[in-house]
Amino acid sequence: LGLALYAGSLCAVSGATFLYHDYCIIGAGPAGLQAAYFLQQAGRDYVVFERSHAPGSFFALYPRHRKLISINKQYTGKSNSEFNLRHDWNSLLSHDRRLLFRHYSRDFFPNADTMVRYLEDFASLLKLQVQYNVAIIHVTLEKNEQAWNGHYFLLTDQDRKNYKCSSLLVAAGMWVPNVVNFPGSEYVEGYETVSINPEDFAGQTVLILGRGNSAFETAENILGVTNFIHMVSRSRVRLSWATHYVGDLRAINNGLLDTYQLKSLDGLLEGNLEDLAIIKDKKGKLHITLGFYLENRNISAGIDSITLPQDELDNFATRAPYDRVIRCLGWKFDFSIYNRSLRMMPGKGNIKKYPQIKPSYESRGTRGLFILGTASHSVDFRKSAGGFIHGFRYTTRAVHRLLENRHHGVPWPSTVYPITQLTNSIIKRVNEASGLYQMFGVLADIILLRENATAFEYLEEYPVGVLAELEMQTGRKARNGLFVIIMEYGRNFSGADKDVFYYNRAVGEAQHAWQSNFLHPVIYYYKHLPTEREMKLRPPDWPLPRPDAIHHIVEDFLTDWTAPNAHILPLRRFLENCLSTDLRSFFAESCFLFAFTHQKLPPFCQQGYLRMQGLVGSQELWHHAVQAGLLQDYTLTDFSGDRPPDSHDGSQEQLMRDHAIPVRPLQHLVNAKDE
Amino acid sequence: MSAQKDRWVSALLFLLFCASSIPRSGSVGLQQELSPQHYFSGLEAGKASLAFFTPSVSPGAQPFLEQIESSAEALQDYGISVVKVNCPKEDVSRYCGKENALRKVFLFRGKQLIREFPTDALFDVNSVVANVLFALLFNEVKYVETLADLENIENVLKGKSNMVFAYVPAIGTAEHRAVMEAAFVYGTIHQFVLTTEAALLKATSHDGPDVSSAWLLFCHCQLATDPAQPCRRTALGQPLTLLNIHRHLKLMGAPLVTEVAEDPEKVSTVHLQLGLPLVFILSQKETYEADRRTAEFVAWQLLGKAGVALLSRDLVDLNVLHRSNVALKTPDEGMPIQYLVLEDTDEVVTLVEDKNKVKQIQEDEQQEEEEEEEDEDEKENDNQDIQDDQVLEAVSRDKKRELPLEQVLVLTEENFHSSLSESAQTVVLFYASWEAVSLAVLRSYSEVASHLKGTPGVLLSRVNCWDWPGLCSQENVTQFPTMKIYKEGQQPVTYDGMWGTEELSSFILLSRVPCPLKLATMDEAEGYLRGEFPSELSSHHHTSLLGVFSTASSQAREAFEEAGNILSGHVRMGMYFEDDALALSQKYSVSPPALLLARSGGRSVEGITLSKHSVQDMVQMIRCELLDIFPEITMPNLPQYLQLRKPFLILFSAGDINQMESKEMLKLARGRTHQAFVACWLNLKKTPVGHGILRKYFSTTPSLPVLLWVNLHSGGQVFKFPPEQSITEMNILSWLEKLQAGLEIPSSTLSEEDWKPPLPAYDFLQMMEPSVPELSPHASPHSGDTLVPHPPKSPGGDTARGDTATQEEPSRERSTAEEVGSPGRDLRGTAPRLAARDKQGKRHSEL
Repeated sequence: LGLALYAGSLCAVSGATFLYHDYCIIGAGPAGLQAAYFLQQAGRDYVVFERSHAPGSFFALYPRHRKLISINKQYTGKSNSEFNLRHDWNSLLSHDRRLLFRHYSRDFFPNADTMVRYLEDFASLLKLQVQYNVAIIHVTLEKNEQAWNGHYFLLTDQDRKNYKCSSLLVAAGMWVPNVVNFPGSEYVEGYETVSINPEDFAGQTVLILGRGNSAFETAENILGVTNFIHMVSRSRVRLSWATHYVGDLRAINNGLLDTYQLKSLDGLLEGNLEDLAIIKDKKGKLHITLGFYLENRNISAGIDSITLPQDELDNFATRAPYDRVIRCLGWKFDFSIYNRSLRMMPGKGNIKKYPQIKPSYESRGTRGLFILGTASHSVDFRKSAGGFIHGFRYTTRAVHRLLENRHHGVPWPSTVYPITQLTNSIIKRVNEASGLYQMFGVLADIILLRENATAFEYLEEYPVGVLAELEMQTGRKARNGLFVIIMEYGRNFSGADKDVFYYNRAVGEAQHAWQSNFLHPVIYYYKHLPTEREMKLRPPDWPLPRPDAIHHIVEDFLTDWTAPNAHILPLRRFLENCLSTDLRSFFAESCFLFAFTHQKLPPFCQQGYLRMQGLVGSQELWHHAVQAGLLQDYTLTDFSGDRPPDSHDGSQEQLMRDHAIPVRPLQHLVNAKDE
Repeated sequence: MSAQKDRWVSALLFLLFCASSIPRSGSVGLQQELSPQHYFSGLEAGKASLAFFTPSVSPGAQPFLEQIESSAEALQDYGISVVKVNCPKEDVSRYCGKENALRKVFLFRGKQLIREFPTDALFDVNSVVANVLFALLFNEVKYVETLADLENIENVLKGKSNMVFAYVPAIGTAEHRAVMEAAFVYGTIHQFVLTTEAALLKATSHDGPDVSSAWLLFCHCQLATDPAQPCRRTALGQPLTLLNIHRHLKLMGAPLVTEVAEDPEKVSTVHLQLGLPLVFILSQKETYEADRRTAEFVAWQLLGKAGVALLSRDLVDLNVLHRSNVALKTPDEGMPIQYLVLEDTDEVVTLVEDKNKVKQIQEDEQQEEEEEEEDEDEKENDNQDIQDDQVLEAVSRDKKRELPLEQVLVLTEENFHSSLSESAQTVVLFYASWEAVSLAVLRSYSEVASHLKGTPGVLLSRVNCWDWPGLCSQENVTQFPTMKIYKEGQQPVTYDGMWGTEELSSFILLSRVPCPLKLATMDEAEGYLRGEFPSELSSHHHTSLLGVFSTASSQAREAFEEAGNILSGHVRMGMYFEDDALALSQKYSVSPPALLLARSGGRSVEGITLSKHSVQDMVQMIRCELLDIFPEITMPNLPQYLQLRKPFLILFSAGDINQMESKEMLKLARGRTHQAFVACWLNLKKTPVGHGILRKYFSTTPSLPVLLWVNLHSGGQVFKFPPEQSITEMNILSWLEKLQAGLEIPSSTLSEEDWKPPLPAYDFLQMMEPSVPELSPHASPHSGDTLVPHPPKSPGGDTARGDTATQEEPSRERSTAEEVGSPGRDLRGTAPRLAARDKQGKRHSEL
C-alpha cells in the first residue's frame, strides 16, 4: 500500500499538479524583468518567479547606504537615444520612453529606493508576467525526449507548488553574503545588518574586512565620527579608474583612501583573512591575533593566556583594540536550490562565486538553463560590464535572440545592405551603439558578406565568445567572410597598478591607431568563420583569434568617430583592401564618364547611378571637388572643332591651371627645422 | 710663378683629357741620359727636374730606378723632367762622388736644389709623383699636425677663400698623389691643407672615421661670416681619386642654386654633365622667396650629390600637374623628367640618395596613372591619409558654409507625427549629419526648397537620423539619404530617382496629383493630353500618358493603376474609363484598352493598344515608350538607355546638331536595324564631361562632330566613323556592315579592369606583430601563458619612443626641435594636414 501511495504521489507530481510554461525565469530583479520584457515582446509563454512581494528585492536592502554607484546622466548634449544609453547605467531596455531612468531621478548617483520604484513600474507598465511571493526552493530535471532540450525543468516553491518549464532562465542574482570563518568570527557584524547610523559609531575604532565598494561605502558613512578605521583584505585595492572595470573601487566611495594617504589615522592593510583571529577582552574590546597562536591554547583559559602579535612584535600594525569589526565581503550565487542532476558548478579561482557558464550564458552542466544578470558575470569578470545593469541588459537581449533562433526558428535579426553602405553602417554603429560600448570585448557586431561582396548582412551585439557557433546560433550563413566589430581598450593600458595618466597616453594619428589606449572600435576581418579550435587557441587576453586583417579606428576624445580623414578614410581603405574593391563615392558626372570609358563600374556607381539614383550634387560641391583635384572641369576646354590634335598638351595644361590647387610651399617645413 | 702655374693648369687639363680618353703612347719624355756637366748646364730657370745619378758602369738596374723611370711620363705632364745622369768613373763631384748620393734622387727648380729624396721613399709611381708635387707645392699645400693649426688656417681664410682639407693615412700613397695633383690645378683657387694625423681626422669628422682610408672635406670658408662658427663642410663621399676630387671641386664651385626660366628638358648644368641628377624646385611668383629658401636648404643637403635649380612656373609653360612642386632630371639620356608632389625637404633628399626610391615612386605613379587617368590625380603610395573620395572631400570643404535651410522644417521624434498631419503632402529627407552622401543631397534639397517655395500643399522637412535613430528605424530608413513623401491616409512613397535638384523638384511636383489621375470628362482628357490639365502640372513639360479603358477591360485597368503606383512621381499618367472611352480612343485610331502618348506638349499623340496585362509588363512597356528614338544623352538619362544593354551609336557634337545630321540619324534610328543599337547624340556644351570621354578614347578631342560606335556591354571596342565621310544613313549603314564584318580597327577599347582599392590600408596586423608576439600565426598560444613582460606603458608607446631614439636624424636642428617643442608637436598631431608630416607617433593628451 505504501508503495502504491508513493507511486500515486509521484504520478501526481509528474502529472496534473504541474503548471507548465515554455520559459521560467527565477527572480524579478533587473535581469529577470529584462528577460521577461523580451519574451513578452516576442509573444512567448513565460513566467517570472519572485520570492519577494515586489521586484528588485535586493535593491530594497542594498546598498545599505542607499546610494547607487551607477551613473544616471541627464544630459549628453545629444538627442540620440541609443547613444544616451551609453551614459545611462540604470535603465532597462524597452520601447517605452517613459521607462528611462532619468525620468525617475535627477541624481547622478540615484538612491536605491528609486531603483525599486523603477523596477515596479517596469513590471507593471509593461504588464510583465511576474508571480510574487513565490520562492523557488528546488529545481530538478525530468528527462523527456519531446522536450526542447531533452528534459523539462521542475521547480518547487515554498508551498510545494510545482512548475514545469522547457527552458529555465536564472536571474536570481547574487545574494548570499560571503562569510569567512576564523576564531572569533562570531564577533564580526555583517554588512547586511550593520547599523547605518553614524551616531552608533561615535568615538569608536572600527575594523572593516573587505576592500570592495561595500566596504568603502561603509567606511565613507562613518569616516567622520570614528576614532579611526582600518581595512583588511587579501588583495590590494583596485581602483576602477585605473582598471576601467566598474566593479572595482569607484572614486565616489574612496574617501578613506584620501584620509589614509593624508595620514589621518585611517588605514589599509593587506592580509589573509583566513589566518586571522579575533579575541574579545573583558572590556569588550576586540583584539586581532593570528590563527596559529590559538592552535595549542586552551581558549577557556581566557584572554590573558593568548599570545597577541604585539607580544612578539611590539610595533604590530593592528595592535590597537577595536570596538567593532564589520564584514563587507560581497555575495555569492545561491547554489543550494539546484538538484545535483543540474550539475550547477561554481567557477574556479576568482570566479568561484559564480556558476559555470559558457560564453553563450548557457550553463555548462545543463542544456536549456541560462544564467542572466549579475550571476552571469563570470564571462567577463573584471573586464566588462556583464555584472551590471548597463551591461546585462544587452547580454540578456543576446540570450533572448539565441533562444528565439533555437526554439522558434526566428533567426538573429539582421539587415541586408548593399556593399556601398559598408563604411556607413560601421560608422553609425560605433558612434551610437550602446551595447558594443558597455559590453566591450564581449558583444560584437557581425558583418556577414554575401557572395562577390556586393551586399552584406549586419547582425548586432552577438556574444563574441561563441563566434565559432555563429551559423548554428543565429541561423545566418557566413560563407563569404565576415567582419567583427568590437570595442577595446589598449592592451596593457588598464590594470590595478597602471598609471593611466601618463604623458602622451592618447594617440592622435590614424596610422598609429593600433596603439590607442582608450576605448575604441576594432574591426577584425576573417575570410572564414573561426573554428572552435581557433577560438580556444586565441592569444591570451584576446577576445578573438588572429584575423586575416585588423583595423583600429583611432581613439577619440569625444568618442565621436565621424571625422572624414582620421576615422572614415582609413576605415574605408581597410574595408576596400579586405574586399579588394573601390568603395569611394562618386558624383553622377564621374559615373557618367566611367560608364563610357570602363566596362565595369565601381560599386557606388553600379548601385546608385546605374539604378537611376545618381548623386548629382550641387554647384558648390562640384567646385570643391574640382578644386580638390578629384573631379575634372571640362567646361573650359576649348572645343573648336578645327583645333589640330597636337594642341592637346596646351589644353591639358590649361586644365591643370584651372584646378588652381593652392601650391604648397615647402618653406614652412624648412623653417620648422631651422627652429 | 704665375705663368708657370698657368702652364701647369693647362698641363693638368691635358692630363685629364688624356685620362678620360685615350691612354697616351709611352714614348714621350723618357729620361735622358746625360753627363753631369751637360745636365747642369742645361737647367733652365724655373723649370723643375728630377735627377738621379748613376755610375756609368751600372752593376745592373736597381729596382727603384725602374719606378722613377716609369714616373717620368707622369711628371712630364707637370713640366717636370726626369733625368738620369751618368757619372763618369773619375767624377767625384757632389752628386756623383759620394757613395750615398747614389741612393738619392734630387729635385731641382732651375739650378736650385729643392729636395733630395732617399730612393726608398720613391717606391712606386704614386710616391714619386706625390712626393715631387708635395715638394714643389710647398706653399700651395699646407701640412698641419694639430687641430689648432687647422683652425688657424680656417680662420684666416674665412670670408676670403675656400679650403680643401685632406687626410691621407700616409705620404706617397695613391690618395696622396691624387690630392697633390688636384692641388696642382686648384691650388691657386682653394687653400689645400693636408694631414696624416689620425687624431685630426677624428676631430673633424662626426662619426667614427676609418683612419685607414683617406678623407677629403671641402670647407666653405668663403661664405663663412661668423668667426666663431666653423666653415660648412662637404665631404667627398667617394674614394680619393683625381677624377673624384676634380668632380667634387667642380661641384663645389658651381652655384648653389641655379635659377632657370626655360623648359627643364633643355636645362643642363655641371651636375648633369658630371652624371648627377638635377632637382628642380617648382616655384611661383607668390611663393618665390620662400621657395628660394627651400631650394637653398635642399641644395646644402644635396651638395655633392645633386644639383638644385629653381624653376619659376610663371615664366615657363609646364605641362604638368599644378600640384607638382619638385621635378627630378637624371643624367641618363632619354629618361623623362619626373614631376613629383613632395611635402618634405627630407623627401627630396631621400629621393636623390635612394635611387631605388626614385624607381619605386616612378613605378607607382605610372601604375596609378594607368588606373586613374581620367581623374588626372596623381598619388603616391604614402598618400593613404589624403582623401580621395570626391564626395567626402567636397562635402568637408563645404562644411563651413551655412545651408539655406530655412524653408525646410526640422522634424524630431516629438513633432514628426503631428507635422505630417499639418500638410496635404509632407516630403521628408532622412539623412545623417556625419554622412557625406546624404549631406551632398541635403544641399540639393535646400535648392529644391527654394525652388518650390510657395508651392501650395507641399511641406519640405528633414530628419537627422544621427539625432533620432529610433524615428528613422521606425520609418524603415536603413540607408542615408532616403526621401519619402507622406500623404494623409496613404502609404509613404520612397523616392528612387536621381538626387539632383531638378529631378527631386519634378518628383515632388508630380507626386501632388494621383498617379494615374482619373479623368472625369472628355474635356479633361483632351486638356490632359494638351498638358493643360490639371493646372498643378501645367508647368511640367514631359510626355503625358493616358490610359483609355472600356468598362470591360477592368483587368488591364487595374494593372495600369498598379503601374501608376510604381511609376508615381516619375511619369505623368492619367486614365479615362468613362462610357465614351471608345470615342476617345478611336480618335487616335486605337481601341481600348489603349495607351495614348502625348509627347512634347500634345503636339503629337500616339496611340498604342495594350496587349499585355501584367503590372510588370505594363511598367516595362511604359518605360520603354518614354525613351526617345534618337535621344540626346545627358547625365540624368544615360542609365535608362544603358539598361537596354545595347551598343551605342553616338554622335558627339560641339553644340546642337545640325538639321541634316539629325535627319539622317533619325532615319537610321527609325530604320530596321534600330533594334540592335541605341542611336543617340551628346551635346558637349551641355554635357562637358563628354570631352573627358573623347579624350579617353583618342587622348585628344577629335574634330567635331564625331560619330562613334561604342560596344559598352560586349568587348568595349570604340570605332570612329571616318571623318572624311559625311554622316548619312547610307554611309553609316555601310560602315556598320564593315564593323560587323570585323573590317574596321577599333580606335580604343574600354578598360575592363576591376575597381581595386585605390591605395593600401594601414597594415596594423603587421605593425602589431613585433610587440604582440602571441599574435604571430605560428606562436603556440599556451607557451605564451606568461605574457611577454611589457613595461607599464603601452607597447606602442615604447615602439614610438624607440623609433625616436634609433632613427637617424639627418640634421641636428631637427632633433632638437623635437625635444624642445614636444607639446606643440602634440597639438599638431591632431591636425596632421596642417603640420609637417611626421613619421613618428603623435600623441595629444593635452587636447
